[in-house]
Amino acid sequence: MTDVDEAITRAHQEEWARVVASLTKRFGDLDIAEDAAAEAFTVAVERWPLDGVPPNPGAWLTTTANRRAIDRIRRESKRDDKQKEAVALAQIQGPDEPSLDERSVIEDDRLRLLFTCCHPALAPEARIALTLRMVGGLTVPEIAKAFLVQETTMGQRITRAKNKIKAAHIPYRVPEAADLPERVSGVLAVLFLVFNEGYLSSGDHENSVRSDLTLEAIRLTRLVRVLLPEDGEVAGLLALMLLIEARRTARVSATGELVRLDEQDRGSWDLALIAEGHALVRERLAAVANGGSRPGRYQILAAINAVHTSVRDARDTDWSQIVALYDQMLRVDASPIVRLNRAIAVAELDGPEVALAEIDRLDLDGYHAFHATRADLLRRLGRSGESRAAYDRAIELAENAAEVALLTRRRDQLGRI
Amino acid sequence: MAKYLMSVWGPDSDYEKEHYGYASQEEMMASFEATGKFNDKLQEEGYFVFADGLDAAKTATVVDGMGDKPVITDGPYAEAKEYMAGFWIIDVPDLDVALKLAAEASAACLGKVEVRPMQTGVEA
Repeated sequence: MTDVDEAITRAHQEEWARVVASLTKRFGDLDIAEDAAAEAFTVAVERWPLDGVPPNPGAWLTTTANRRAIDRIRRESKRDDKQKEAVALAQIQGPDEPSLDERSVIEDDRLRLLFTCCHPALAPEARIALTLRMVGGLTVPEIAKAFLVQETTMGQRITRAKNKIKAAHIPYRVPEAADLPERVSGVLAVLFLVFNEGYLSSGDHENSVRSDLTLEAIRLTRLVRVLLPEDGEVAGLLALMLLIEARRTARVSATGELVRLDEQDRGSWDLALIAEGHALVRERLAAVANGGSRPGRYQILAAINAVHTSVRDARDTDWSQIVALYDQMLRVDASPIVRLNRAIAVAELDGPEVALAEIDRLDLDGYHAFHATRADLLRRLGRSGESRAAYDRAIELAENAAEVALLTRRRDQLGRI
Repeated sequence: MAKYLMSVWGPDSDYEKEHYGYASQEEMMASFEATGKFNDKLQEEGYFVFADGLDAAKTATVVDGMGDKPVITDGPYAEAKEYMAGFWIIDVPDLDVALKLAAEASAACLGKVEVRPMQTGVEA
C-alpha cells in the first residue's frame, strides 16, 4: 500500500461519517449526503495521487462533497426550500469546512446520524444496513456480502429505509434526555448484532468481509464511546467486544474446529485488547461503586468475560464470581438462555448433576447450545447413550461449520455401546 | 410540521357486540373518557387537526366514477379481517412526536395505532 492509499483508507475510516453527517444536517437529505460523500472519495482517489494528500483531508473531503451536493441540487430543479437555502448560504459563505471550535457540533452531527439510522420505526435489518452504510461507510456490495444477501436486495433495503426516513419525517437529532437511555440501547443492539454477525462467521475463511464485521462493530462502538463517554452500557459493550475479539484467533483451530474456552491457547490471546477491555470494566466497577446507575446487560457480560480472561490457566477461573454475575444478569434478563449460561458455570462450581437438573427445566429444545451443553454434562456423568443423542440433536441444529466440527468430534469420542 | 394519520383497527363484528368489543361496559366508558381527555390534550398542544370514530365497514359504499356512469357497490373497498375503526389527523414537528402521541392514543382507546405520514402538509 502506498502512502496515498493509506491516507485515503485512513480518511475513509475517520472522515466518512463526519462528511455524511454534516451534509445531512446542511441539506436535510441522507441521499444527497451519501452520494456526495461517495463522490468526494472517488475524487480523492483520482486527485490525491497526482496532487498529493491535502494537509487537512477531512476539510478537503467535506468541501468537495459540499460542492458536489450543491451541483446536484442546482441540476435538479425539484428541491425543497431547506436545500435551496443551504445552496444560497453556501454562495455567501463558501462551502468550507467549519472552524475547529465547530468540531464539537460535528461530533453531535454524527450522533444524530447514528440515532436516525437506528430509529425504532425502521425494521431491525434496515437499521443494521443503514448504520453500516451511512456511519460505517461500507459499500452496498460489501454489506450484501457480509449478510449473505443479493446486492440488489441490500440496495433496496437501504433505499427503502432512506425513503421512510424522508416520508415519515424521522427526525435528524439526538433524542430528548427522557428517551435517551432507550434509544442508546437501540443503537447498541444494532452494533452488537453487527458484531455477532462477524463473530459467528469466524472460521468461515471464505468470507473475510463477514469476519471484518467484528472490527467494524468495534470501530463504531469506539465512536459512540467518544460521543457518549459517560454512558455505562456503551463502555460495557465496547469492553465486551474487545474481550471477545481478543480471543478470535484462539477460537478456531487450524483445521477449522471451534475451540472451547477451557481448551484455547491462552498464549495467543491479544493482550492489548484484553488490557483495554479490563480497564473499561474496572472503570465501570468504580463508577457503580461511586453510586452510578446499576450495570446493564453489556456491563455484566463484559465483567463475566473479564473474569474468564484474567487467568492464564482455565482451571484457575473464579467460577463462583461468574455464577454471581449471572445471578445479576438474571435480574436484568431472566431468559432461558441466560439460565443456560449460568448452568454452565454452575457445572464447574457444583458439578454436572446440579447443572443438568437446572437446564432440564429450560424450554430451549430448538437451540443447539442447549443440546450441546446437555450432551457435555451427560458425558461427564457417564450417561453415554443420552449424551450421544444430545450431540446428534445439537449437530442437527448448529449452523456454524466450526461448531459442527467440534460437536462431531466430541460425539465420536464417545465409546460404542 | 408534518401531518400523520393515526388509525385504530378492529374486526367489523365488534360493532355488533354488547360493548363494541370492549371487555365490559366499565372498560368501554373508561376508554371513551381517556380518549376524550387525549383529544383535549391534542387540542391544547395545537397538534389536533381532526378525529372521529367510524361506523362499521359494512355500512360503507364503494363508487367507481371512472366509466361513463358511476358504478355503486355495497360494502368496503377491500375484504379484510380488520377495518379502520377510528382515526386522528395530527400536525406535529416529526415522527418522534407522532409516535409518543400514538402511544398515548393506544393506551386511551385500547387498541394498536398505526401512524402513517401524509404527503401533504410537509414543511419545505
